[in-house]
Amino acid sequence: MPLHISGAADPALIELPWEIPLEAWPEEHIAALPRGLSRHVVRFVRHGDGVIAVKETNAEIAHREFAMLRELQRLEAPCVHPVAVVSGRTSPSGEPLSAALVTEHLAFSLPYRALFAQGLRQGTLKRLVGALSVLLVRLHLLGFYWGDVSLSNALFRRDASEFSAYLVDAETGDIHPRLTNGQRETDLDIATTNITGELLDLQGSEDLDDGVDPFEIGARLEKRYRELWSALTETTTHTSNIRMRVAERVRQLNELGFDLDEIDMDETEDGTAVTIRPKVVDAGYHQRRLMRLTGLDVQENQARRLLNDLDEFRAWSDNPDLDESHAAHEWLTTMFEPTVRAVPRALRGKLEPAQVYHEVLDHRWYLAEAADHDVSLPVATASYVKNILPTKDDEQAVLGRSLAEMTAELPALTEEHGHTYTARDPYANDNTYAWGRVPEPEESEPPTVRRSSTRIPVTHRPAVPGREDDDAPTPPTAPTTE
Amino acid sequence: MASVTYDNASRIYPGTERPAVDALNLEIADGEFLVLVGPSGCGKSTSLRMLAGLEDIDEGAIWVGDRDVTHVQPKDRDIAMVFQSYALYPHMTVADNMGFALKIAKVDKAEIRQRVEAAAKILDLTEYLDRKPKALSGGQRQRVAMGRAIVRQPQVFLMDEPLSNLDAKLRVQTRTQIAALQRRLGTTTVYVTHDQVEALTMGDRIAVLKDGVLQQVGSPRDMYDAPANVFVAGFIGSPAMNIGTYQVFDGQAQVGRAKVDLAREAVSALKSEDKNHVVLGFRPESLDRVAPNTEGGIPIEVDVVEELGSDAFVYGEVPNEFGGAEDVHFAAGDSQMIVRIDPRDVPKKGDTVWVKIREGEQHVFSAATGERLSSEVHTDASAQHTA
Repeated sequence: MPLHISGAADPALIELPWEIPLEAWPEEHIAALPRGLSRHVVRFVRHGDGVIAVKETNAEIAHREFAMLRELQRLEAPCVHPVAVVSGRTSPSGEPLSAALVTEHLAFSLPYRALFAQGLRQGTLKRLVGALSVLLVRLHLLGFYWGDVSLSNALFRRDASEFSAYLVDAETGDIHPRLTNGQRETDLDIATTNITGELLDLQGSEDLDDGVDPFEIGARLEKRYRELWSALTETTTHTSNIRMRVAERVRQLNELGFDLDEIDMDETEDGTAVTIRPKVVDAGYHQRRLMRLTGLDVQENQARRLLNDLDEFRAWSDNPDLDESHAAHEWLTTMFEPTVRAVPRALRGKLEPAQVYHEVLDHRWYLAEAADHDVSLPVATASYVKNILPTKDDEQAVLGRSLAEMTAELPALTEEHGHTYTARDPYANDNTYAWGRVPEPEESEPPTVRRSSTRIPVTHRPAVPGREDDDAPTPPTAPTTE
Repeated sequence: MASVTYDNASRIYPGTERPAVDALNLEIADGEFLVLVGPSGCGKSTSLRMLAGLEDIDEGAIWVGDRDVTHVQPKDRDIAMVFQSYALYPHMTVADNMGFALKIAKVDKAEIRQRVEAAAKILDLTEYLDRKPKALSGGQRQRVAMGRAIVRQPQVFLMDEPLSNLDAKLRVQTRTQIAALQRRLGTTTVYVTHDQVEALTMGDRIAVLKDGVLQQVGSPRDMYDAPANVFVAGFIGSPAMNIGTYQVFDGQAQVGRAKVDLAREAVSALKSEDKNHVVLGFRPESLDRVAPNTEGGIPIEVDVVEELGSDAFVYGEVPNEFGGAEDVHFAAGDSQMIVRIDPRDVPKKGDTVWVKIREGEQHVFSAATGERLSSEVHTDASAQHTA
């Protein structure tokens, strides 16, 4: 069977060395990125301006997973985007090779194993498991039965002070019109087992903080899942003030980051009460609102944070009657864009623009607390760019410290250790400039900050509330979903 | 351990008319290895998932032993789905890999160790228990994965196409291992596959499904020698049975220019709705080569000869100058026929060979209903081919 590539309209794919088994691909093609535990050979490959993930598996499974990911993409589920299936591969000596599934590498995404290079603490773990439970609820609402829920089979992106999880491996999944309770229960059971196993494994390699109990974290997913699921789907019965109750329910769902698209209201048999049941809920409430107002496409918690800032901006503006969309435009051009532009090009691979803005807001709060007076955004930005951002790992295409360990099962892959890879312009998909060309203050150094406070300035980043240390004070605008 | 009973169990997906599984009645004995087999969309996986608790049972019931589990949560059914693709954790010992799930279920430590040791003994992994998975071969790793299910000591094991992501060679090895292991454990097992060879080689009994309806259940021998209908006849066996619809004259089927005597009990079972037609099936190994123009001999023009060393198969066509065969649907393609011949005497492409169906090796089915009319086939030849 001759080589066959079905999927993306990307002719350059055919130039990759498909006649060589993936584990032996030449270094020039390989991007060194950390990955989770996988039962297949998975490698990240440089391709054009970006990175793609290539997974070897049999043709039938590859096509099935491709179709599944396409369908999930259509349903707007948080998942990696499929590019193509390559089948009919043969070595030069005519030996057949496994088919390959090609997906896009999700920029700024982190496998959970890359996060323990930064110290996988109780707080981080709770956030990861929280993000995974939100992902599972979203997938279940769409009718997707995962069949192999685990930290390894998801990717995580920083999302303000939380994480967002994305589905990576759909091989074991199925899409149904509606899931049965049995399917949801089985996914939960599998998730608990897998997460506990993954954490016990981290404990085995001494990468887990001593204070973390794998069994407790494993059980946490189920708890968080059930809370969210019942908030989203529960039927409630009310006897009076129905309008207020519905509005209350909508507000509660918005708070959780969901939109209520359809609702079922039924009078009870005896006509004395009304039951309310959300019928169709959509994730991404804040995301869509920010998109509508500013054109910025960011993640849910980032959007929540940015919207809070936007609301604050509007309240403090000279013209309080300014309507929301004009205020949003002004906020974008006077607050968001200058802040993001203040990051020199060399540091732009560190974090996504929206994440930078979120961290600057956090930083500003700490500066203000230390200084005991208000600190302006440009000052906070300059301080952040000078003192905090350079200390961060490059997360656009991460090289975790534990790569050698992670790829220990495949000797060929350990060769990659030490390779770094600089990927595409982080601003390629950023529509900051959708409002018009903005001159770049590229060459100039970030401004230096002169402070007149008698207190000692905070020059290192203190513990971000909850991320490393749950007991630290919380900035007033930082959202908490704990 | 326990038996499993499907009692008129149906699954009707919301928004569909036809049940995905239609009133399935099936009794699986304690300790039995039952294989559900059929083409894709036949309902075999759905049947398994109904037992696992993943699919609702819309009508009827399912019992495990003397317990009705129809409305019981999956994890309370005392059933284990076995995945061949379990991830093994590289920094945990083999024993921990096998036993950690029991710790989640709050099983006592000593009890876990005892169960893990018992499972390791069955799996020949005792000496590796305190080592890391890295020290194991591929086959041993798979056995550790099995061990994870075994230590749970469930009443029933469920396996859904567990070999589908293995390459052909490993698949053959693993299927033998799974079958052998199941016999050692003696745990009731329900196994789903689309591959009839896998079904024949592994199962104590096989249940063939099509369009959500159970077609036949029986031992591999039963399925091969006495398929209950045309579908089962065509599905079981490799190479597949030759099957065609022929007109009947005086108890003889007109096959090409040949007249083939039909079994008497089959002819007498013909009904008016069959309109003097039968579906006649015969396996490639049920044909003897005969001299040209022998009575009852069928001429076959050779297209391809496939030599396998121990056997050779002729793929050919029946010249059809009488137009006697209507709706000929041989497995190899329309009007194609497969014949097993002596590998030391193979014809060339374009030759004509004459063959005759061996006495008592016809499978006769009703042209109207597809149901079997003739009695079971008993041969030494067929015995060789299902082993």
